[in-house]
Amino acid sequence: MATAELASRPTPPAIVRPPRDGTASWPRLDRVGYYLCWATGIGLCVIAAAIVLFMLVKGISYLRPSLFLESPAPSQHQAQAGGFLDPIVGTFIVTALGILMAAPAGVALAAWLSEYGRPTWLARAVESAIEMIAGVPSIVLAIFGLIIFSQGFLGFLSQRASDGTVTGQSFLVAGTVMAVLALPLIVGATRAALDQLPGRLREASYALGKTRVTTIRSVLLPAIRPGIASGIVLGIGRIIGDTAIIVILLGGTLKNEPVDSVPLLGTLRGTGSTLTSYIYGNSPAGEGNAPQKAYAAAFVLLMIVLLLNALVTLLTSGRERPATRKLASMLTGRMPWIR
Amino acid sequence: MFPGADNQAGPGAGARADKRAERTLGALAAAVLVLIGLMVVTVGIDAWPSFSANGLSWFGPGGNVVTQFRAMHAGTPLAGHSLLYFRAWPLIWGTLIVTVLAVAIALVVSTLAAIFLTEFAPRPVRRVLEPVVRLLAGVPSVVYGLIGILAIAPWINEHLISNARKQSVAYVVQLNGADLMTATLILTVMILPIMIALSSGALASVPASWREGSAALGVNRWRTIWRVSLRTARPALAAATVLATARALGEAIMLAMVSGGLPFAANPLDGLTFLYEPVQPLGATIVQEFGGQTTGPVANTIYAIAMVLLVSAALLSFAGWAVKQPLKGYGIGV
Repeated sequence: MATAELASRPTPPAIVRPPRDGTASWPRLDRVGYYLCWATGIGLCVIAAAIVLFMLVKGISYLRPSLFLESPAPSQHQAQAGGFLDPIVGTFIVTALGILMAAPAGVALAAWLSEYGRPTWLARAVESAIEMIAGVPSIVLAIFGLIIFSQGFLGFLSQRASDGTVTGQSFLVAGTVMAVLALPLIVGATRAALDQLPGRLREASYALGKTRVTTIRSVLLPAIRPGIASGIVLGIGRIIGDTAIIVILLGGTLKNEPVDSVPLLGTLRGTGSTLTSYIYGNSPAGEGNAPQKAYAAAFVLLMIVLLLNALVTLLTSGRERPATRKLASMLTGRMPWIR
Repeated sequence: MFPGADNQAGPGAGARADKRAERTLGALAAAVLVLIGLMVVTVGIDAWPSFSANGLSWFGPGGNVVTQFRAMHAGTPLAGHSLLYFRAWPLIWGTLIVTVLAVAIALVVSTLAAIFLTEFAPRPVRRVLEPVVRLLAGVPSVVYGLIGILAIAPWINEHLISNARKQSVAYVVQLNGADLMTATLILTVMILPIMIALSSGALASVPASWREGSAALGVNRWRTIWRVSLRTARPALAAATVLATARALGEAIMLAMVSGGLPFAANPLDGLTFLYEPVQPLGATIVQEFGGQTTGPVANTIYAIAMVLLVSAALLSFAGWAVKQPLKGYGIGV
């Protein structure tokens, strides 16, 4: 009987661990460092808590359900300035456009870099180019987009001013530049996921006579779906939070203003606003100066960002990694959601 | 699936499809290079009039940036100068001072935080701190800016700046709380997360045996971290600093909101008042002066500012790559 055998076995002696060295024996300078570390950690938590609580209080006191249903209106008085229906719709449009362009391109680029990557010099160059795009300030991307999309032959993407020049400001333009902004995040997340796949997956597929492109399409990409998803969510977070591109490339009108009567295309070619530009515009830095509206919109934006944050955590953790490795996997190397 | 199902269309069809896919994806990758090239060239071309009209003194001091922009908007050149006359020194100085201060503070804080995360934090604390760091990274810059301009700046204005201090510089500039200090503090919080992430990643990947060797010699944990871990991870800390510098340099919206919006070259000789003087970094200037123009002197000047930022970003990107090289020898990837 196994249980009887186990019961009869003498209990092993307890492992004697040396007492963990406390800080009491340390020189004073070292102890100061130790306490400074604790202070920093607690300080960071306090800052984050302060931000969230502050926005929560302001958000709850100024947020009204009607704000979600009304279009913004130009007014001197905050009470008559309307809600932020248009900015929310605008945020949705820009994000959708950006991700629809960035996701396929990003996944394709990552697949090429990880699975083909030849000639090597080209792969190196593309890698550093993507890294450079990640480092270019979004305000510079916005200026670049403005120069490109105000060229005459790209006028169909935005609209022409009365004197015939192309404004280069529209949802389509902003969405395209946002795609460039989100691209490095999606490439990074997809590559990280591809590199983590065990080699046997590829080998098994090749052994069955599959070509590389079939392997990528029907073996690798399905296997890294969570990785791609987290890249996309990171991209969404980046796009939703960006203000500079919107301020420069979306025309800065309060309402979404279609160009002509064509229903969808007209809106896409027209100017508008998003939550970020709405906040900027209603802060003391902008023209509106309706801080209550700005607080309410900022609260909504912060909630969206927090949700996306939680979604990334959900997608990247809990996947066949032992809990001990989790910290390392979250913190080692890139921590791509922070880019 | 039967092995070789790809080859149903005849021998080699699968291989041909594979070649085609490789070429298509390769072309897409090359397009990224074209994009970068296009960015440098187009911004460069449109920025050129401003640089060529001012020469190297573009970067130098001289006159008031506000007046210069006003002249460009109005189309009437300042007396004795061309329409494109522009001296960016106050903006460059503002950028430098805000960036350097923020990065310096963030370097100390992030190193301590990374040590805490990887070495001292008990598991429950760590479990709180990680999401906190990510939360700080996720807050959009416009929200930071809003908090800065509506909460922090008024508080500083009321509690920290005395009337005597305001009067002492009243003849050049008005102090109202939207200033160098607010901008630096918020910028520090904004660049902290990425520095903490990179530094703690590097600290965590220092080979355990190295630290154990030090501990076995009777060195306490703090000295071990200080002498072994940090020293090994030094290139990673440098890389994190470079990346954070790039971040700080490119931040536009938040700085446009809280830095005072006045292209004033804050003067360190003013003592403590220096911290309460407004600045206006390069990126913020683009946001503030942009009025929808795509051609003309204002646009050229804005493009020139963008070009400076673009070149700095490219240089920092290269520097970040260069400082990481020594780590490869240890087999620590960052």
